[in-house]
This record gives sequence, structure tokens and C-alpha cells, in this order.
Amino acid sequence: MSSSSSIVAMKKVVQQLRYEASINRVKVSQAAAELQQFCMNNATQDPLLTGMSSSTNPFRPQKVCSFL
Amino acid sequence: MAAEKAEMDALKKECDALRTQIEAARKAANDGSMSAAAGGVASVGRVQLKLRKNLKGHLAKIYAMHWSADSRSMVSASQDGKLLVWDTFTGNKLVAVPLKSAWVMSVDFAPSGNLVASGGLDNICTVYNIKAASPKTLRELDAHTGYLSCCRFLSDSEILTASGDTTCCLWDLETGKQKIIFTNHIGDCMSLALSPDMNYFISGACDSLAKLWDVREGACKQTFSGHTSDINAIAFFPSGNAVITGSDDCSCKMYDLRADQEVLDYTDSSLNAGVTSLALSNSGRLIFAGYDDFNCHIWDSLKGEKVGVLSGHDNRVSCTGVPEDGMGVCTGSWDSFLKLWN
Repeated sequence: MSSSSSIVAMKKVVQQLRYEASINRVKVSQAAAELQQFCMNNATQDPLLTGMSSSTNPFRPQKVCSFL
Repeated sequence: MAAEKAEMDALKKECDALRTQIEAARKAANDGSMSAAAGGVASVGRVQLKLRKNLKGHLAKIYAMHWSADSRSMVSASQDGKLLVWDTFTGNKLVAVPLKSAWVMSVDFAPSGNLVASGGLDNICTVYNIKAASPKTLRELDAHTGYLSCCRFLSDSEILTASGDTTCCLWDLETGKQKIIFTNHIGDCMSLALSPDMNYFISGACDSLAKLWDVREGACKQTFSGHTSDINAIAFFPSGNAVITGSDDCSCKMYDLRADQEVLDYTDSSLNAGVTSLALSNSGRLIFAGYDDFNCHIWDSLKGEKVGVLSGHDNRVSCTGVPEDGMGVCTGSWDSFLKLWN
């Protein structure tokens, strides 16, 4: 690799780092609280968390009752 | 020569200074641990899901699967050279798509349900219309110079791909041409996930980094480090504000996008197998992670604790998926079977 193309590549790395360094960061405590709140708010809409009855379970084969 | 060396040294110095600045900013935002904050949250207890269906049909290792938006159909890809579309309610196979190249690594279902896409060691992402009388090849997206590790539809007219050539790409399906090439990773890209609002996507690569990209601008917005090996699996937390990654270093991690850092690490000293795949339950509380140890382990995403396991496969779990309605989990394995649990 020629030295001038290494410089071009390095300039790109610096540019990317400048960009990433400039963002505003939220405190972890606030971010954690919001993630928890989201989970709590959506817990009832989460069938894998709350479970389901066999009549509403789409993967459970329907048991058909028949008179013998 | 001396001038170039001086310039290079100055650039390297600036790089180091910027990296230090980023670490300091992250540390300043790190005012408390996520798992400590979850101390007040009720435990989910032991999560015990039952095996509901065992789907037999593939004749070789299954490498990928993806649910349809209707939460009923599902497509799987195997190195037996076939894609199979299943009706998961009945267990019936609906469509079989023969592949030109059997070395498939990824598969996806378009949100409309009309198209599926797959790709692998052929470096090509092939899109098929499965609503035609017999599956018809719609497009062959051929420009990557490395294997296709992941593909994700945005719609019937746009698809994102991740490749072993270290780039990701946004394609226009109407023209079959590349719209945007996302370059920044220095290792093979292994996986990608679209944000819930479809404005961003996240990629995981063999350089052990996860990167957040703007779909329309093509820019890399943020870079997340911490893993010590290839990131094989990546998914957005349903709020869109965090990302979960799974790696060959045997751990999963949660990175918060707004705090710009790792906030939780999912590791267990008894787990010495790489993570191959992962999927989240609808509230984001449960992480289903497929491992090389033949199991899919279930983690409490907030507390960082292992809360369950899906055991039954006789080989590596290679793919995991939860449908949009959140009613179950599908695991696919090198043992050639797909299992449905809830």
C-alpha cells in the first residue's frame, strides 16, 4: 500500500472518529430506566412471558372431540 | 517522505486522542449499572417452554430461518440446496425452492409475503417470487466480492445485505442495482438487523464490532466494542433504543444506542459455546440465544440472568426466530430439524 493511500485511509478513520465523538450521550441510569419501563409496559403483550391457554395456542394441535 | 511520515504520525495521534475522548465521554455517562437498576424489577422466574412441533423435511444442516409477517408461514434454508416455506400451524410444507447454489447462509421473507431471498458462498443474493405457480427467480443481486451472510427486506423493492467482503449494501430490487454501499467494518460482516422504524440498521462483524448505520445517508453513526470475537447475531430491542449481540466469545451483550455503550453482558461460566443466533420476545424481556452447545438458552434481558433453556436438538442451533405476534420461538439446527416452542 503506497503511503499516500494509507494517509487517505487514515484521514477517513479520523473523520469517522470525529463524527462518533461528537454525539450526545444519555446517562446509563436514564437509559436503563427507559428500557425497564418499555418491558413493563409491554409485558402483557408478550405471550412468551405471560403464557397462553391451549385454546389460543396456534402451535398446539386442536383436539377434536367426537362421540364414539 | 518525511513530510508524509509526519502527516501520518499526526493523524495517528489524533486517532488516539479521539478514541480516548470517546471512552471518557462514555465513562462520564456510565452513572450506574443496568443490572443493579433492575434490582427492583420482579423476576420472571423459570421460563419453561414446551416443544410443540418438530418440522422434518430438510436433508442437511439448516443454516437460516425467517418468519413471515403473518406469524404463520416461515422459510428455512438448508445446505441440502432447498428453501422450504412451512405452515407452522399444521406443520405442512407449502413451497420448496430449489437453489442454484446449495451453500446457503441466510434467508429472509419480505413483509408482503410475496418474496423470499437467500444467499451464501455464491456471493449472490437471489430473490424469488413464491406466489407464482412455481417459485420464480426475480433478481440475482451480484456485486459482493465475498459470501452473503445476511439479507433483510425493507419492502418488495429494497433489500439490505451483509457480506464477508466487509460491506453491507442497500439494493434496489426494481433495477437489481446497488443503491448504497456501507463501508467501515474491517472484518467479514456476519449479521444485520433493521430498526423498528426502518431508518437505521445495525451490523455485527468478525472485527468484533457492532455498527449502527443510517439506511438513507449511508453513514456509520456509532460503533460498539466489547466483544472479543466474531459477532454472529444481532437484533434490535423492540423499543429501538438498544441492540443485543451474540458472539463466538460465548457471550451476548446489550448496547444502549443513546448511552453509546455496553450496558449488560450475558455470560455464564458453564457456557463455553459460541452464540450463533438470537431473537427477542415481544416486550424485549426474554432473549432466546442459540449456541454451539446444541441448546437455545433463555436470558432475562434486564437482569442478565439465565432463566431457561430449550433442549432437544442433536447438533448446533444455527438459527432462532420469534414471529411478529410473539406467540412462539422457532429454532433451526444443523441436525436438519426446526422446532417450535411456546
